[in-house]
Amino acid sequence: MQWLDALIQGVLLGGMYAQYALGMALMFGVMRIVNIAHGDLMILLALTGISLAAAFSLGTLSLIVVLVPLAAALGWALQRGILNKVVGEDPLPSLIATFGLSIALQNLMLQIWSADTRSLRGGGLESASIDLGGVYIGVLPVIVLVTAIVLTASLDFVIRGTRFGRGLRAAAADTEAAAMTGVNPKTIYAASTAIAVAILGIAAVFQSLRATVSPADGPAQLIYAFEAVIIGGMGSLWGAFVGSMVLGVAQAIGFRIDPGWGILFGHVIFLAALAIRPEGVMMKRR
Amino acid sequence: MLSTHALTAGYGDFQALFGVDFEVRAGEVVALIGANGAGKSTLLRSILGLLSVARDMVRFRGESVGGSKPHAMVRNGIGIVPEGRRLFAGMSIEDNLRVAIDYGRKPQRGENVASLWTIERIYKLFPILRERRDQVVHNLSGGQQQMVAIGRALLTQPMVLLCDEISLGLAPKVIHEIYDVLPMIRQAGTALVLVEQDVSLAQRASDRLYCMLEGRITLTGDSNTMTREAIAEAYFGANHAVA
Repeated sequence: MQWLDALIQGVLLGGMYAQYALGMALMFGVMRIVNIAHGDLMILLALTGISLAAAFSLGTLSLIVVLVPLAAALGWALQRGILNKVVGEDPLPSLIATFGLSIALQNLMLQIWSADTRSLRGGGLESASIDLGGVYIGVLPVIVLVTAIVLTASLDFVIRGTRFGRGLRAAAADTEAAAMTGVNPKTIYAASTAIAVAILGIAAVFQSLRATVSPADGPAQLIYAFEAVIIGGMGSLWGAFVGSMVLGVAQAIGFRIDPGWGILFGHVIFLAALAIRPEGVMMKRR
Repeated sequence: MLSTHALTAGYGDFQALFGVDFEVRAGEVVALIGANGAGKSTLLRSILGLLSVARDMVRFRGESVGGSKPHAMVRNGIGIVPEGRRLFAGMSIEDNLRVAIDYGRKPQRGENVASLWTIERIYKLFPILRERRDQVVHNLSGGQQQMVAIGRALLTQPMVLLCDEISLGLAPKVIHEIYDVLPMIRQAGTALVLVEQDVSLAQRASDRLYCMLEGRITLTGDSNTMTREAIAEAYFGANHAVA
């Protein structure tokens, strides 16, 4: 029973990671842009959300409605203003630019919000749970997991089956050839980053409901997102979802063995996955 | 229809083109020949806006369009089959073609819709592509990849199609197959620019011919009446012994 509980809690935790990882799967996996500021953007959105909710006494749903368009606009501006200038064959310029952005964001957030940890109140939602024969399942984590599944399925459909998705895959495969086929790579990249950061906006609300956030939390979230994408396989959105599950379950089992081991266990599984299946679990062997 | 006027272009400090005057008229097939490094691909890249040129150096349908963004050129009606094919790796044949339909030139009001290229017409042109429509493009042979590249370019509904070395690296039989469809493309009303290294192939397939050497046009004229000697001189330079 104890291990079943660990497995279930791990899957639920994986749902949260899947929300961080989805935007990363789009930007890193599909567009091949290394965005070191991914976690910091999420924290920025979380802190902004907490302040907005306090200032205008917004409920969870109305906060999502306000925060997501804001996040999309932030993503659009990020791509237009910074990333479009540094994308190319070489991943190093985008890595350095976003690394700088990450440090700047952390300091900016520290300046505005101080180092205090904050969280969002969900009106009892955050502590509600269901008893399933001795295993307690939190209502919020279930909502998080379902949201992650819906988001992954929708984005996967958009990438595979729509005009926008084809244009994006074309631009990611060969930017110049895409332009020679009429695709404007800069616009399509800006729209994709807007989507990726909009998803982070949703993740930010759930993260601040589920746990606490403080300005220095970004890099840890970044690592989880990177690990999930790499475990699953570059370019596969469901791969990132599966990778998040692997990470969540590994951490939950680690915590059960020894409370100090949880996070470490996740990283160890990631390294093992990298050694055994570097192409990712969802990828066909070449 | 499409012309360049004293076009100069280069890469950084290196000047590759020196005052090139080039023209394609509606419905015409023009060949552009020259040795490696003569500037043929550079000329195409400058026309398409991949290299920066002054506004009035490129004119298309009566307007100065030099230096516009490549995607805008394509949507305006200049298509290209790029050197080396440049297909979208990891995507199926059909998805490669659909990108062109999605993002290519949109028909203007009053334009005959029946004359537009469709995926169905591309499959008629190259039946093998229909059989393999769902396969990812890197599993195809070189000739089949070239067919996808041509199909993709046609589906952007070009009025002028620039073909950059479409015979490169292909078996003679496959080159033959591909050149066989050019008259059909022309019949559809699309003007063609063929960049070629194979001089006799270029001469046979075209109405007019330009020869380039070291970034300049060294010869231009009617493809049929041009002599081998004149071409050899323009191709290798005046001082070169004709083999």
